[in-house]
Amino acid sequence: MNETSRIAEAVVRDSYGKLLALIAARSGDVAGAEDALSEAFAAALAGWPVNGVPDNPQAWLLTVARRKLIDSARRDRTSHAAGTHLHLLADEAADAVAEEIPDQRLALMFVCAHRAIDEAVRAPLMLQTVLGLDAATIASAFLVAPAAMGQRLARAKSRIRLAGIPFRLPERTDLPERLGAVLDAIYAAFGSGWTDPGGTEFRRRGLAQEAIFLGRLVVSLLPEEAEALGLLALMLYAEARRAARRSVAGEYVPLDAQDVTAWDAALIEEAEAALLRASAIGAVGRFQLEAAVQSAHVVRRRTGRADWAAIVRLYDALEALTGSPVAALNRAVAVGEARGAADGLAALDVLAGDPRLSDYQPYWAARADLLVRTGAVEQAAVAYRRAIGMEADPAVRRFLQQRLEALR
Amino acid sequence: MQYLLLIYSNEAAMAAAPEPDMTRMSAAYGAYTEAMMQAGALVGGNRLHRSSSATTVRSVGGKTQVLDGPYAETKEQLGGYYLIEAPDLDAALSWAERCPGAATGAIEVRPIWPMSA
Repeated sequence: MNETSRIAEAVVRDSYGKLLALIAARSGDVAGAEDALSEAFAAALAGWPVNGVPDNPQAWLLTVARRKLIDSARRDRTSHAAGTHLHLLADEAADAVAEEIPDQRLALMFVCAHRAIDEAVRAPLMLQTVLGLDAATIASAFLVAPAAMGQRLARAKSRIRLAGIPFRLPERTDLPERLGAVLDAIYAAFGSGWTDPGGTEFRRRGLAQEAIFLGRLVVSLLPEEAEALGLLALMLYAEARRAARRSVAGEYVPLDAQDVTAWDAALIEEAEAALLRASAIGAVGRFQLEAAVQSAHVVRRRTGRADWAAIVRLYDALEALTGSPVAALNRAVAVGEARGAADGLAALDVLAGDPRLSDYQPYWAARADLLVRTGAVEQAAVAYRRAIGMEADPAVRRFLQQRLEALR
Repeated sequence: MQYLLLIYSNEAAMAAAPEPDMTRMSAAYGAYTEAMMQAGALVGGNRLHRSSSATTVRSVGGKTQVLDGPYAETKEQLGGYYLIEAPDLDAALSWAERCPGAATGAIEVRPIWPMSA
């Protein structure tokens, strides 16, 4: 590939979301903007290697995409289309004098995570519109058939246009809730790439990078939002440990047994900085608390032991904030480390009747671990067997089986 | 844009509601309609008679079928509608959530398909 082609591809990658957001924000028509933009990119990839890269590649792409839209509006002979046509011409004139292309990606993200959009399609929609990922890639990350994913995305885009979902930032009073939906969608995208930490299963490999990109983008556009910083920190901490979560042989390595030198120090540093900035803002939330738990684990790099007392306090706060049984479970595990297995088991017993945990593998694994430490080997074996029966990841299953076998 | 707010509620439950509740509901609808009018959002709207008063017509192969009853038997029935003018879906949804019927049933918000002249 020659230098020009490389530049062309880089521009395409970096500009996609920005240009799409700008065009779609004016027309309200995401699918139409995608079509126009893909024609413009095709023209760039074909033309630039021959004719050279224009001085302002983004402006060039925007102009070509607009021309495509103007052409299709002209072909569409309804009175509504005439209005659109004039609108597009006016936009073009306005942008010609603008120095820099305005960044509407945040407004686009709020559209993708709008309450009128089905929650399950928010993250896929964001990945496609802001990052330009194709439906097949997104489908494989979310374990959905490509055709079904394509259909869901198309339906969501037509909904945005027909129902009139606005491209604008929410009012200050609505911002926390609306931003929460955006952050949840980004975290869902991160989770899609995270389930298989080794990346051994090809179809699940990495939308984590893309999610981190989105997280950084939100932080850069809304630098004063503590939870956006908290989410970024949380994702960076998790990403920093990715390599350590599997042994060379592909075996599962639990957090407390991970080799800290295999953690990515640069990512951890960035995470710590983001969390520090978040805490200075003084608006605590779920993502900041979860990131703070990660931070208390990372302490092990310096002291050789996670700060379990801090982790207990953080899960206390998380449980109070979210009412999540998983937070309560993690708290019990932390109590087991900070105050001893008997106390941890007592904390876990309080949760024993919760139906939301009875089919949750980590509950049984945690229970088994604590029982082993209190010497209740028979009961531990029963709990391990339940955990093994519920686990879908073969590496984790093998790990639990080894623990069970070690009891004999 | 224009949106149609379709108000669905359980007719049987409404009919069985005690008198003071119904009076309060009517007053709430009056205030709501007034507020939409003041805001310049109201285009039109009406309350409908019970769905048992409906007649459904369908033309099949040139032959007209007339059915005694609503188009679909549902747990909640269409009881009224508002046609409103709103800049976008957010504005339409904020009117829908303030409709007294949202607390007793459901409001379906449908964008109007604009007809060219």
